Amino acid sequence: MSKMIRAKDINEQTAWQDLTPGGEIYEPGTARLFNTGTWRTDTPIFHEKECKHCMLCIPFCPDSAIPVKDGKRLEFEYMHCKGCGICMEVCPFPAITMVSGGEPK
Amino acid sequence: MITCLSGNEAVAYAIKQINPDVMGAFPITPSTEITEYVATYVCNGEINTEFVPVESEHSSMSVCIAAQAAGARAVCATSACGLALMYELLYVASSSRLPITLACVNRALSGPININNDHSDSMGARDAGWIQIYAENNQEAYDNFIMAMPIGESPEVRLPVMTCMDGFITSHSVENIELLDDELVKNFVGEFTPEHYLLKKENPLSVGPYDLSAYYMEHKVQEAEAMKAAKARILTVAREFEKISGRKYDLIEEYRMDDAELAVILIGSSAGTAKAAVDMLREKGIKAGAIKIRVFRPFPGEELAKALANTKAVAVMDKSEGFSANGGPLFAETRSALYDLKDRPYLINLVYGLGGRDVKTGDFEMIFERLAGIIKSGETGPVYSHMGHRSKEAIL
Repeated sequence: MSKMIRAKDINEQTAWQDLTPGGEIYEPGTARLFNTGTWRTDTPIFHEKECKHCMLCIPFCPDSAIPVKDGKRLEFEYMHCKGCGICMEVCPFPAITMVSGGEPK
Repeated sequence: MITCLSGNEAVAYAIKQINPDVMGAFPITPSTEITEYVATYVCNGEINTEFVPVESEHSSMSVCIAAQAAGARAVCATSACGLALMYELLYVASSSRLPITLACVNRALSGPININNDHSDSMGARDAGWIQIYAENNQEAYDNFIMAMPIGESPEVRLPVMTCMDGFITSHSVENIELLDDELVKNFVGEFTPEHYLLKKENPLSVGPYDLSAYYMEHKVQEAEAMKAAKARILTVAREFEKISGRKYDLIEEYRMDDAELAVILIGSSAGTAKAAVDMLREKGIKAGAIKIRVFRPFPGEELAKALANTKAVAVMDKSEGFSANGGPLFAETRSALYDLKDRPYLINLVYGLGGRDVKTGDFEMIFERLAGIIKSGETGPVYSHMGHRSKEAIL
């Protein structure tokens, strides 16, 4: 059995000989390693005081931009957020608003 | 066992002996019989292949891709428009490095609609990253299919394999054929044991993820290297196959080429006709020879250059048009392969046999006559032309 190539060991400097055949990935959840939040044009803002932690936004997020810990949603993980605004649409409370531009301000 | 089978029966029989895990099934003339015979084997309980009838060839190849990725051995059969409808998936299969085996029964690709033989279907897929092996007759169609999996599944290759035979001429003509014993075939083909597959629960696998420009080129280099590596693997498998069958195969077949000054190069069933013509001309003392391309992908460029090094005039015969306005695909690749030769032969291209147009020994005699004339005059004349069609102008 050949050496298992892990996603964390692959980057944009890796030679073709050290990549997996056809780009196969041998482990789950590797999207976390992949930062795609750099081309956002709108940005969601989390208002913690208004949040009831109903968890509705989490399954609607198309990526992994809303982390959860101990039954509570945390601040956005902006490196995975593309600013689609779905979380704001589904939020029953005024806990998420959108601002123009790529920065959370 | 020596018996009589059509080319389609021969391939179906090979599938029966291999007993693959999955067949993606959709009928199209002239390959339909292969799928039908396999369905019969399944219904009779002779094999336990999961036979998946679908609504199109796009789906039959999709079934094969999913099955092969899951860790199963998948086969498929198609022709012409069916192969065209698979086009996108052919690339998915090869780039995901899934060694599916596809029996392509060569038929003219529309239009105008035509069900007879030429190579326009598989030639259109020549750049899809599939290994392509062409048969001259039923025996070769059977043998090539049995060799396909040991070639494609080899870890240094991991590419899908298309075994091609001429529609009707080979697929529907019944010929004598020597079949191997079931056990011999089973042992030769062996089990499909990929290192990684979707159903391997120990390590979850993603197949075919989006490939950004920072990685895509590296994966294409991998694929190109695999295709290069396939050459040696095809020869190794051929040597192993010779041990169990007594039948010898190479990338190309050279027929009376040792001292040949004039030669034709072609693919498929017409090679038999060419050989008969060569024999007739040899009786008259003409140094004629023929080269049959058995493996078109990977292209046997070096081997062709070596085989043609001492010839004086050569006709490359394409059974598909290509519409490059500069010659057919076999011609383009052959001419390129000869570029590095110190003394290159005169080279002409003849597009023939489109949509089932017949080619006879007399046609080959005319071709060799033209080649002899080229040597005598030192003038190639028209490099790229058609033959076997009606014209108000002289042909050949």
